[in-house]
Amino acid sequence: MRYATPKTAAEAASLLMEDAARVLAGGTDLLVQMKSGRLAPETIVDIKHLPGLRDITREDGGFRIGAAVSGAEMGEHTDLVAAWPGVVEGVNLIGSTQVQGRATMAGNLCNGSPAADGVPAQIAAGAVARLEGPEGTRDVPVAEIPTGPGKTSLKRGEFVTSIFLPARPERSGDAYLRFIPRTEMDIAVAGAAVNLVLGADGTVAEARVALGAVAPTAMEVPEAGAALTGSKLEDPAIEAMVDAVRAACKPIDDKRGTVEFRTHVAGVLAKRAARIAFARAGGQA
Amino acid sequence: MKSIPVSTTVNGDAVDFVCAPGETLLDALRNRLSLTGAKEGCGTGDCGACSVTLNGRLVCSCLVLAAEAEGAEVGTVEGMADHDKLHVLQQSFLDHAALQCGICTPGILVASKALLEENPEPTDEEVRYWLAGNLCRCTGYDKIVRAVQDAAAKMRSA
Repeated sequence: MRYATPKTAAEAASLLMEDAARVLAGGTDLLVQMKSGRLAPETIVDIKHLPGLRDITREDGGFRIGAAVSGAEMGEHTDLVAAWPGVVEGVNLIGSTQVQGRATMAGNLCNGSPAADGVPAQIAAGAVARLEGPEGTRDVPVAEIPTGPGKTSLKRGEFVTSIFLPARPERSGDAYLRFIPRTEMDIAVAGAAVNLVLGADGTVAEARVALGAVAPTAMEVPEAGAALTGSKLEDPAIEAMVDAVRAACKPIDDKRGTVEFRTHVAGVLAKRAARIAFARAGGQA
Repeated sequence: MKSIPVSTTVNGDAVDFVCAPGETLLDALRNRLSLTGAKEGCGTGDCGACSVTLNGRLVCSCLVLAAEAEGAEVGTVEGMADHDKLHVLQQSFLDHAALQCGICTPGILVASKALLEENPEPTDEEVRYWLAGNLCRCTGYDKIVRAVQDAAAKMRSA
């Protein structure tokens, strides 16, 4: 085994082309998988020394969040929390205080867990991941990164260097909620993120709804967003949104939640997250 | 397997050691530096018994590679007392009998110290959420929360 600290993206991509090479950012998934024997990397590529990977920078009115920025650092960034409270609250739900000191939003995405708390709000936000690889740089919507449990669309040698959250228009708000049977330190049984932009008249002009833990990947439900558009979250619009959410659920049945329970709870969470996002956008019912 | 030389700072002292590439910071602290305060409970970041600070940030040392400590500042429970004088938190844990077997205690002390540096006057709920990643399987958490709150009060009036 070898531990490498590349100083350029090209060097990192070249190391990642080797057999059994793995990216190390926060390490809160990688080291657990190494400990369990699920992964036995030959080369550990620590990307934290690459330029910009630990920075949150303003760009085109939005935020570029380096792939090695920890959840705790995101939570301490006042402007980021004000602009994207739902994205930050999703990331901040991952693990304990200790895990927050290391875990990254990009790592949560690339780990490919269907229940990743950091992912649905990114999808609802229209976040875009920047990838570096042997063939250079490319930007990919976050929604297209996970392809199944533990699987991503990243090509051999590719890794995420940052995630971009776009500029916020006036009257916008987002929120993420999850259900766990405890109050902390657990894996989502279902999760829902809602991102709203209101028009000048206070009705929903744009809405995106994304779900976690109810399908092989976190996913957007366009029909659910469409159900909210043009409304002030009146009951019929909420009911139509909840119906669309439940229709999109294809969860597993396991000890943490049955298919029926996960489907039901996803609808409840989406409804509550929509109300929080609406209030954050300054909406008046 | 190639050995990696690491130069780091532990509790304010410059330290050099050599580690294996996949070795955790926890193992290096315990086995190479004889700092056995941090414990391995789960080894997977769930229990917090291995809590240390890395560049001032609370982390599980079982989820950090020893090689990542190069150039960093590590803080462990061994750095809390001032020679024979216990840290206010340590004394408070004794006064409140906030431990039984003590395996979780070093991690909880390090985590509590990090909390009070960031938030000198936490609510009970804030203490409980902050320490959610520190598991105690014998004492229960009420005495721990009381010990932290008493230490916080003493530190505020000091």
